[in-house]
Amino acid sequence: MSVEAAHDAHGHHPVQYHQFEDMEQQNETYIVGMWSFLVTEIMFFGGLFLAYSIFRMNNQAIFTEAGHRYLEVDKGAFNTVVLLTSSLSMAMCVYYAQKADRVKQLLCLGFTLLCSFVFLGVKAMEWSKEFAEHHLPGANFAYVSDAHLSTAKAQIFFCLYFAMTGLHAIHVIVGILLMVVLGVLIAARRPGVKYYMPVEMFGLYWHFVDIVWIFLFPLFYLIPGKR
Amino acid sequence: MNNFPLVPDQASTFAKQVDDIFLALTSLTVFFTVLVFTLILVLAIRYRRGSNVNRANPSDHNVLVEIAWTTPPLILGLIMFVWNVKPYAEAFNPPANAEEIFVIGKRWMWHLQHSANGIRENNELHVPMGRPFKLTIISQDVIHGFYVPDFRMKRDAMPGQYNTVWFQATKPGKHHLFCSEYCGTNHSEMGGWVYVMTPEDYNNWVKSGGTTADKASTPEQAGYDLFTQLACGNCHKDKDSMRAPSLHNLFGRHRSLQNGQTAIADDTYIRKAIRNPEETLLQGYNATMPSYKDSLDEQQIHDLIMYIKSLGNGSAVSLQKATEAATKPAGGANPSAAPASQPVGSATPAVPAVSAGQPAAAPGTAGGSATGTVGGKF
Amino acid sequence: MSAEAIPPGIVLERESASRPNYLNWSHSVKDWLLTTDHKRIAILYLVSITIMFGLGGIAAMAIRAELTSPHGHLMESDTYNKMFTMHGVVMIFFFLVPSIPATLGNFLLPLMLGARDLAFPRLNLLSWYLFTLGGVIALGAMICGGVDTGWTFYTPYSSIYSNSNVAVTLVGLFIAGFSSIVTGINFIATIHKMRAPGLTWTRLPLFIWAHYATSIIIVLGTPVVAVTLGLVLVERTLHIGIFDPAIGGDPILFQHMFWFYSHPAVYIMILPAMGVINEVLACFCRKRIFGYTFVCGSTLAIAVFGFMVWGHHMFVTGQSLYTGMIFSALSFIVAVPSAIKVFNWTATIYKGEVWFSAPMIYCLGFIGLFTIGGLTGLYCSSLSVDVHINMTYFVVAHFHYVMVGGATLGYLAGLHFWWPKMTGRMYPEGWAKVAAGLAFVGFNLTFFPQFILGYLGMPRRYHYYPAEFQIWHVLSTAGSSVLALGYAIPLVYFLWSLKYGEKAGPNPWGAAGLEWTVASPPTQFNFDELPVVTWEAYNYDVPHENAIVDHSKNVLPDAEGASHSAH
Ligand code: HEA
Ligand code: HEA
Ligand code: HEC
Ligand code: CUA
Ligand SMILES: [Cu+2]
Repeated sequence: MSVEAAHDAHGHHPVQYHQFEDMEQQNETYIVGMWSFLVTEIMFFGGLFLAYSIFRMNNQAIFTEAGHRYLEVDKGAFNTVVLLTSSLSMAMCVYYAQKADRVKQLLCLGFTLLCSFVFLGVKAMEWSKEFAEHHLPGANFAYVSDAHLSTAKAQIFFCLYFAMTGLHAIHVIVGILLMVVLGVLIAARRPGVKYYMPVEMFGLYWHFVDIVWIFLFPLFYLIPGKR
Repeated sequence: MNNFPLVPDQASTFAKQVDDIFLALTSLTVFFTVLVFTLILVLAIRYRRGSNVNRANPSDHNVLVEIAWTTPPLILGLIMFVWNVKPYAEAFNPPANAEEIFVIGKRWMWHLQHSANGIRENNELHVPMGRPFKLTIISQDVIHGFYVPDFRMKRDAMPGQYNTVWFQATKPGKHHLFCSEYCGTNHSEMGGWVYVMTPEDYNNWVKSGGTTADKASTPEQAGYDLFTQLACGNCHKDKDSMRAPSLHNLFGRHRSLQNGQTAIADDTYIRKAIRNPEETLLQGYNATMPSYKDSLDEQQIHDLIMYIKSLGNGSAVSLQKATEAATKPAGGANPSAAPASQPVGSATPAVPAVSAGQPAAAPGTAGGSATGTVGGKF
Repeated sequence: MSAEAIPPGIVLERESASRPNYLNWSHSVKDWLLTTDHKRIAILYLVSITIMFGLGGIAAMAIRAELTSPHGHLMESDTYNKMFTMHGVVMIFFFLVPSIPATLGNFLLPLMLGARDLAFPRLNLLSWYLFTLGGVIALGAMICGGVDTGWTFYTPYSSIYSNSNVAVTLVGLFIAGFSSIVTGINFIATIHKMRAPGLTWTRLPLFIWAHYATSIIIVLGTPVVAVTLGLVLVERTLHIGIFDPAIGGDPILFQHMFWFYSHPAVYIMILPAMGVINEVLACFCRKRIFGYTFVCGSTLAIAVFGFMVWGHHMFVTGQSLYTGMIFSALSFIVAVPSAIKVFNWTATIYKGEVWFSAPMIYCLGFIGLFTIGGLTGLYCSSLSVDVHINMTYFVVAHFHYVMVGGATLGYLAGLHFWWPKMTGRMYPEGWAKVAAGLAFVGFNLTFFPQFILGYLGMPRRYHYYPAEFQIWHVLSTAGSSVLALGYAIPLVYFLWSLKYGEKAGPNPWGAAGLEWTVASPPTQFNFDELPVVTWEAYNYDVPHENAIVDHSKNVLPDAEGASHSAH
């Protein structure tokens, strides 16, 4: 990069950018930046969580029914385990990155990638079931209630369900893309990723995605409501 | 009214209160603005560069000074806040004897109906001075705002939710009625006039059937007609039955719903019960009631509500005195098409005993807090 | 004048004709469009938002022209509605929110911090592209067909009833929102980690503090509005959603979520302007800002309390009495930190050495007009008074006082103040004073009548209005043409100065602050050596390099002379 070249007078670390004085400053800056980004992500989901809470507060019955009757807890639970495992392997990946153990790093990353595909696969199964049962909000929406609860509110439930798990899934997909890029770069021994920082940053992102799910799962599948 | 007014007519009991606060705020503003402008200019000119003044020992911080100029704004601000609460809260609490006017906003007109005499009006409202009127406002489509500047009164018309506000006009004349909330193409033309009349003029106006000769019926009557026509009575009898609860003395009562919540049977609740019965499913009943969401418009729903209200007020049992004291002046106009109401206890075991003794205002929306349950306390 | 006067530790970069600066080291279009230099990105932003301001201004003039007559003949009601929507959307989202942070902030943050660039230069460029992309999409939608929802996009009008290009506009805003977020993250990381050695938190210029607080608001608030607008988009395109009352949704929820961002957003607009005022005032009073800690604390207090008052936009929606009371009380409290600032600025002038330069005139104008605008905000947060003035021209006047009289004048103050730094050229001081005066007078003439209109009950967003309001509208329109002139003149002389302006030395105002220790315009990497800071902000006690010492007349220094004395 020309900018770096122009300023690379005093023996910088090869992946150090020109605006930083040393690697330490660069790393710390990256971490601050990443955390700020995660804060925006929290607020991004936060808006949806707020909407969810308000509707849930006012429509306990339908939310409980729709969640318990039409979402499959075992699939959700399975996915939770999958994501937690992937978080573990991601953490190990960061560990090996710090140790500069390229092979183990790649293995861990590969396992994380695998988990994310499994997660999406299960999610896709769940969604196609909902599609088949006309639970996709819109003109064709249909809902069968045990207790003759409001179809309209059930639709709101599914709006929120699809919006929130959908946004989460988008984050997983972005994660997958990043993992592939990261893996290829690591495999190709590119200097940019030799250092552990990129892996660590991705790790933070992945844990965030995981944590969001930790909230989504009980909210939609578990919370018991007063009946 | 002079030709160069700075303040609109004061034509309601709120107007003076609001104007007083406005005046106080204006004094505050003038005081602080003059203070800041003068200080800035005087200081800047005095200490302009090149001027020969004493600049020795400039200070760049002083905690005492900071506290000294932070406290007054805080205290003044809080005083203004407290002063404002009373008139604002008052607008949420119509007096018990307030006569109801039902308002529907739709693009782009106001549709109003007097509950006492059933007169309907479009983009016009006739009221006598000196009597309180309560407005129950709803919108058929988007959000509108019911705004009468001379009354210093405004409330949004929300779709799907009753908002209430009240006023008592004090000055005969013609006053602007505006739609204050942006609602599309003809937003600026959605309005008309409020005519405040002397009580005699008003009585004559009512006698002659109002401006629109549509004096078909009062809302209660229209509601009763609808009730018969839609055969609600097939299920809803005078007493609670296995099929459906009685609607007598329903208004204002606490209801226990199957979803675990309790609700107070106010306008919003009854509207919901008719449009989305599944959302107000009562404990002990099956969801057999059909939804009338698509078959009834806001006007008809309101008529039904008025009819149900005429069947007795469940919360009023302990408040009878208050209600009696506040007999409607125009009460005679109500032909009472409905069967006479009688208090019903918890007839069916299926219905948990509901005590009627709790007239507390509903928390939450204005629609709840204002309706029917008022002892006129504020 | 000698070099000893300069605070120790700075290695002054001498201006020299041979040394290329950030503007002229390369000229290709590619080097500009792919630059990661914060200074060039700032210039890109400057150009973009000036165009936006022009477009928003044209829409404003169309509104004003139409309102001279109660039955406006120039356009249809639909067109009028599209006009004020475009005016509001462009001015807020594409002019005022990015104005100071993305131009002055982008340019100055690294310079003031003693850094070579922002933390993430490529993200910075990305943010400009997102802004431009969002702008093109939104503008495209607004010009080809238009949008008529008002800048507030209230549901269900926006989500169901409006049949204009709402969806596309929302996409544009959504994208532009991310440009804001990226800038915010970049600033936070930069301020945290890229300060020069010795530049502790308490030594930071207040301009930096203002941007720090602003960035926090951006990072916390913008995602919420993004997701809200996203939900409206879904509701509009797929006809499903959670704001639609017809299917059990809640239109008031939209208002809560919208104002949760958009109230703090007004502080995104005013805080950077306040930051500018601090710098300008200190420089032209030759004094440290009075009560640095309190001004700084009030900045953070505004950022925090700003998130707790959004409900004051909803006093008449039928929100409960108690909710209204809480939001009202908090709104009165959030006014206090602003009061602290105003008083501290006033106190700064005391015993100062006031130089009535053009930036200073803008700055004094800001203080006065912001005071009026802020105080009229208190009318709006007064429960019972707001019942009357909500959605009237009173509110319109309030927010133009804070946003045009306040934020925009602050922006212009900053632009004039740092113009020599950004371009290396002086603008014509006399014209600048004329423009500042015109803007001040024209502004008051335009918007003061609107307070009266509002209290008389004239609702906003009205194309037709009762004839008795006409006189005030005519006054307002007359004022707006003076105001427009006040804005057009700077546009002309700034462009003129690029070629013909006198050369400015590194420090034409004799200002304190790291940005004045480097050449004007700065070189590509700002500093040759890392500066070490050993002094507090605003150390005007020591005379500064190139300071204009001619006290007898308020004229600009002979630029040649200034740069000679530097050697
Ligand atoms: C830069 C933008 C900006 C700023 C800084 C402000 C600042 C404030 N605003 Fe404003 N506001 C807007 C932009 C802004 N506003 C916009 C755009 C709208 C309309 C949106 C729409 O509907 O389209 C709006 C609308 C608006 C409303 C809703 C009105 C309505 O729709 O009915 C309210 C209500 O409380 C309000 C209040 C305030 C308050 C209390 C402040 C305070 O922060 C002001 C504090 C400052 C001072 C008070 C002055 C300095 C103090 C002194 C000199 C000391 C004396 C002080 C005391 C005695 C307390 N604003
Ligand atoms: C930053 C924010 C900002 C700014 C600067 C302005 C500036 C102005 N505004 Fe605006 N205004 C808003 C924000 C702003 N406004 C908002 C948010 C609304 C609410 C919208 C809604 O209801 O949804 C509003 C609404 C609004 C209304 C109410 C409309 C209605 O409710 O019906 C009016 C009416 O007079 C008005 C007038 C003006 C005028 C005369 C100016 C003048 O100051 C403008 C003067 C500027 C110029 C004339 C441009 C100068 C020209 C150049 C510099 C050259 C051009 C160059 C190029 C093209 C490259 N504005
Ligand atoms: C097929 C039977 C049936 C018909 C027809 C019917 N209802 Fe109902 N209604 C019920 C039942 C059962 C309930 C109690 C369960 C519930 O709340 O949905 C009820 C509840 C109500 C309630 C709430 C009462 C309470 O105690 O909280 C109202 C109000 C009401 N109905 C009004 C009407 C009106 C008005 C009509 C006609 C337009 C009507 N109903 C037609 C069966 C019926
Ligand atoms: Cu109805 Cu505006
Ligand atoms: Cu606000």
